[in-house]
Amino acid sequence: MSDDPQSQDGVRIRVRKLSKVFGKHPDRALALRDQGLDRAAILERTGDTLGLSNIDFEVRSGELLVIMGLSGSGKSTLIRCLNRLIEPSEGEISIEGDEITRMDAKRLRECRRRHFSMVFQHFALFPHRSVLANAEYALEIRGMPKAQRQEKALDALRRVGLEEWKDAYPRQLSGGMQQRVGLARALASDSSVMLMDEAFSALDPLIRRDMQQELVGLQRELDKTIVFITHDLDEALNIGDRIILLKDGEIVQVGTPEEILTRPANAYVERFVEGVDMSRVLTAQAAMRRPVAPVTLDDTPGEALARMDEGGVDTLYVVDDERRLAGILERGAVVRACAGEAPSLATLIEREVPRVLPEEPLHHLFPMFNKRSYPIAVVDGEGRLRGVVVRGAVLAQLAEVGREAPSPEPVPSLAPLDGPSATGVSS
Amino acid sequence: MIDVPRIPLGGWIEAGLDFLTGHYSHVTRAISRFTRSNISSLNDLLMAVPPWAMIVVIALLCWRISGYRLGVFAILGLSLIWNLGLWQPTIQSLSLVVIATLVAIIIALPIGVLAALSDGFNRVVMPILDFMQTMPAFVYLIPAIPFFGIGAVSAIFATVIFSMPPAIRFTALGIRQVPTELAEAADAFGSTRMQKLLKLQLPLALPTVMAGINQTIMLALSMVVIAAMIGANGLGAEVWSAIQRLQPGAGFEAGIAVVILAMLLDRITQAMKGREAAR
Repeated sequence: MSDDPQSQDGVRIRVRKLSKVFGKHPDRALALRDQGLDRAAILERTGDTLGLSNIDFEVRSGELLVIMGLSGSGKSTLIRCLNRLIEPSEGEISIEGDEITRMDAKRLRECRRRHFSMVFQHFALFPHRSVLANAEYALEIRGMPKAQRQEKALDALRRVGLEEWKDAYPRQLSGGMQQRVGLARALASDSSVMLMDEAFSALDPLIRRDMQQELVGLQRELDKTIVFITHDLDEALNIGDRIILLKDGEIVQVGTPEEILTRPANAYVERFVEGVDMSRVLTAQAAMRRPVAPVTLDDTPGEALARMDEGGVDTLYVVDDERRLAGILERGAVVRACAGEAPSLATLIEREVPRVLPEEPLHHLFPMFNKRSYPIAVVDGEGRLRGVVVRGAVLAQLAEVGREAPSPEPVPSLAPLDGPSATGVSS
Repeated sequence: MIDVPRIPLGGWIEAGLDFLTGHYSHVTRAISRFTRSNISSLNDLLMAVPPWAMIVVIALLCWRISGYRLGVFAILGLSLIWNLGLWQPTIQSLSLVVIATLVAIIIALPIGVLAALSDGFNRVVMPILDFMQTMPAFVYLIPAIPFFGIGAVSAIFATVIFSMPPAIRFTALGIRQVPTELAEAADAFGSTRMQKLLKLQLPLALPTVMAGINQTIMLALSMVVIAAMIGANGLGAEVWSAIQRLQPGAGFEAGIAVVILAMLLDRITQAMKGREAAR
């Protein structure tokens, strides 16, 4: 067992040659598969279903890996093989070098306690336990003293904003809140990997968006390794660091959202991301959002910091009196400035900011997002700040348009940012 | 027609029972003595309380767990029983029901749990339960006598066998009904089997288990009455003697006392189940 959770190569889970047969003769079914028969033929010959076949992949430390596929693609089976809720028929799965597939019942239990937590599609909260007792569950079964585990569970509930509801019972909460409890239960367990099985699919679209953003935020903050299952391309593109596309129990493509969109591995993926070449006509305007209210050059660092806290962001755009983009402020610089004597914002800002016109095609924006960069500013002909484009929004927008019939004029999905409301910054 | 000899099924069963009584009668007699002393001490305990005090206690209990209606019904019904001079046989029947039900539950719960957790065990147990439930209840009385002698213990033996199946079935059903995702959640966080059972499956199965216990109590009461045929005391004995003397009035009086007792036991356990479910 390696003591260092971030093992040398940054791989947390390694899956090799994983297959799963549902039925009575897995060996025969796998032998037929090796002879080149497909799923349907194997089902006909043996009555067994080939759920997964020859799956190879890695989960890297700290990444949010999305496994995506339509129903019947084997994605739920796959995630359950990782912690052996479903017993694999062949292949190896190891976590931090420990081979899960060879563990006996006791070691498997230890491994699940230490490494895995899980969030379920229909929440799977324990109805007879309060919200707090649900969040405590993973710690309780490890025998942690009550006071200690309650403190940890409360921490987790605080993170998902449900501290006030700790004494409520799951049935008293809305779907979105219930899934937050599910998330808190997983967070409290302090596992190294979080498995999320269609975790947001049962929520309505608006709440799903919020939860996705929150998850991405949590993951950044806590540096969690997450394996996320979904059938929803928007969701996959929106939150995934990498995406594995699954079809009929086999991997079709592995890649970043950009790679999946721009270099589909075959016709199937192409059909999946159909309409994505719409990006040629989609523009920055369509994907841009209202920025967190920018500060002007006359504001003090203290005001800038307050604005950042309010908006929950780490960067802030600065405009001049004419609302022309002057540059960008980073939290670190502002904090330092607040601590020492406070110089004017003009000395703190980074003036070299990537900026695009509203007409800029979206696919030009991809290369501009290097990892962990701030949003891209959208400015008009006079250099006035019109909005910002965040990385997830580009992909979500592409996916959305790909789904619907393309319209000649791209319709902004978010409220258009023209008008005085967007410019009333330093009022 | 080929002359097929009659299969001596009855003979085999008797031989088996003879073997058991011949070799294990010391065991059954010991069980018998132990049970008899339990029954009589419970009976003495209940009889030591004056009827009016008992009626008040039961009425309060009914009021607390169900509501004032059941409390009022308890006062009226039990007062009627007292007035008819049936207090002692009612208490005797109640003691038998209580002990038989306790024994039945103690045996049934673990069997039900095992049947829920193991498909193989389930396949073996379910047909046996079918057998136990469909066999006419009187038949159990016959072998009970050589094992335990005439009287209350034989009555309890037959009653336990007759009334146990629903408690087993409902326990198994309640546990099997726990949604798969919940069981997966318990497993995924690394619960042991016992933790899963105690922290998830049994608490969720509780309302269903209570429904089974309710059924068991009802069956036990009906069997306790029938057991008068092998010398068990209580309301059944009153009915039995009314039949032999052709006294329809006395028979109905005792019958009505059985009905009152049954309704009280039923409503009390139903209310307990409802409280569990609402929690």
